[in-house]
Amino acid sequence: MDIVISNSSEKPIYEQITTQIKDAIIKGVLKEAEILPSIRSLAKELKISVITTKRAYDELEREGFISIVPGKGTFVAAQNKDLLRESRIRIVEEKLIEAVEAAKSIGLSFDELLEMLKLLFEEDD
Amino acid sequence: MTAILEIKNLRKEYKDFSLKDINLTLEKGFIMGFIGPNGAGKSTTIKLILNLVNKDGGEINIFGKDNIAFEKEVKNRIGFVLDEGYYYEEITVREMKSIIAHFYDRWDEGAFKKYAKDFGLPIEKKIRELSKGMKMKFSLAIALSHDAELLIMDEPTSGLDPVVRSELLDILSDLMQDENKGVFFSTHITSDLDKIADYITFINNGEIIFSTTKDDIMDNFGVVKGPKELIRNNGSNGFIGIRENQYGFEALVQNKEEFRKLYGDIAVIEKPTLEDIMVYYTRRGIYA
Repeated sequence: MDIVISNSSEKPIYEQITTQIKDAIIKGVLKEAEILPSIRSLAKELKISVITTKRAYDELEREGFISIVPGKGTFVAAQNKDLLRESRIRIVEEKLIEAVEAAKSIGLSFDELLEMLKLLFEEDD
Repeated sequence: MTAILEIKNLRKEYKDFSLKDINLTLEKGFIMGFIGPNGAGKSTTIKLILNLVNKDGGEINIFGKDNIAFEKEVKNRIGFVLDEGYYYEEITVREMKSIIAHFYDRWDEGAFKKYAKDFGLPIEKKIRELSKGMKMKFSLAIALSHDAELLIMDEPTSGLDPVVRSELLDILSDLMQDENKGVFFSTHITSDLDKIADYITFINNGEIIFSTTKDDIMDNFGVVKGPKELIRNNGSNGFIGIRENQYGFEALVQNKEEFRKLYGDIAVIEKPTLEDIMVYYTRRGIYA
């Protein structure tokens, strides 16, 4: 798992952590039941306050992404398959919005875009 | 949960300076940075915690016990690093260590040897031959070699180069993997704390200005820069340490979100460093 913190970003550090861990879980980089580092060792590695890592983990637990088991450790929670799929669908939608905007900005028609999509889809088959 | 260090209404009066109503609490498992300009009262507070000077009022509890009534017991469990030298200059590092080791019930010779090796301490040299950095490392090695639960340090990094300071921070990080320990250290080199501190207490002119989590400070405070009209039209309320130049003003605000809602379109808002906060608070503001 890779987590990279920017000190100069507008986004609070705990939020950068939750976003990156959520992304890793949604994309399947972090798998169900995988062990996460303790809040203290994460704080040490990232050179940040343990209060920050605790806040990030508490929020991830609240939202159902991870489970903190006292005495055992922190694990990626069994993900609700439907919610996960929904998150992944949202990502596809976001990328499609990007493609549509890019197409419109250079004057591609809907049919031309659809044609491109068809070719790309069939490429891997 | 008992606090590892608790100070209530502490007072100390000197002829030209007094410490007024000092209140702060540190729970175990955390690092508290104690910041303030020179002469603010940081060293005095630490000397009072260690009972090196007599207080004029208030309470200091360490591990839940009064620091004077249970002095010996409490000091056995504290490791400290002070700014001034207090070693015999004419004996060797090893000899000085042997003298000090006797004071601690839980002295760990193995731990000391390991730190001495890691720090490159010249064991057979006389204390007076050591550089400032080496003296600090010696103090630190001692402080970490008797299973101390609370580490108290007064300006441990002043006069040290950034590399040594970074090494100290790594050591503190390692120490804090144990959630039963605590660290309280004063410094005016706030960049060390920007990353590692959990809590920050800011003292100025003998008074505590604020004591809160570092995240709270970094998320809420902001350095703002904008046109002078902003101050002229809205007054200087809420702005800390205002400074005007030919082209505008800059100041610190305690709630940058509130400020953003009001003036976000005509002013620039930036994340502050602890150094910014210290400077703006101690600067004498020039009001419009």
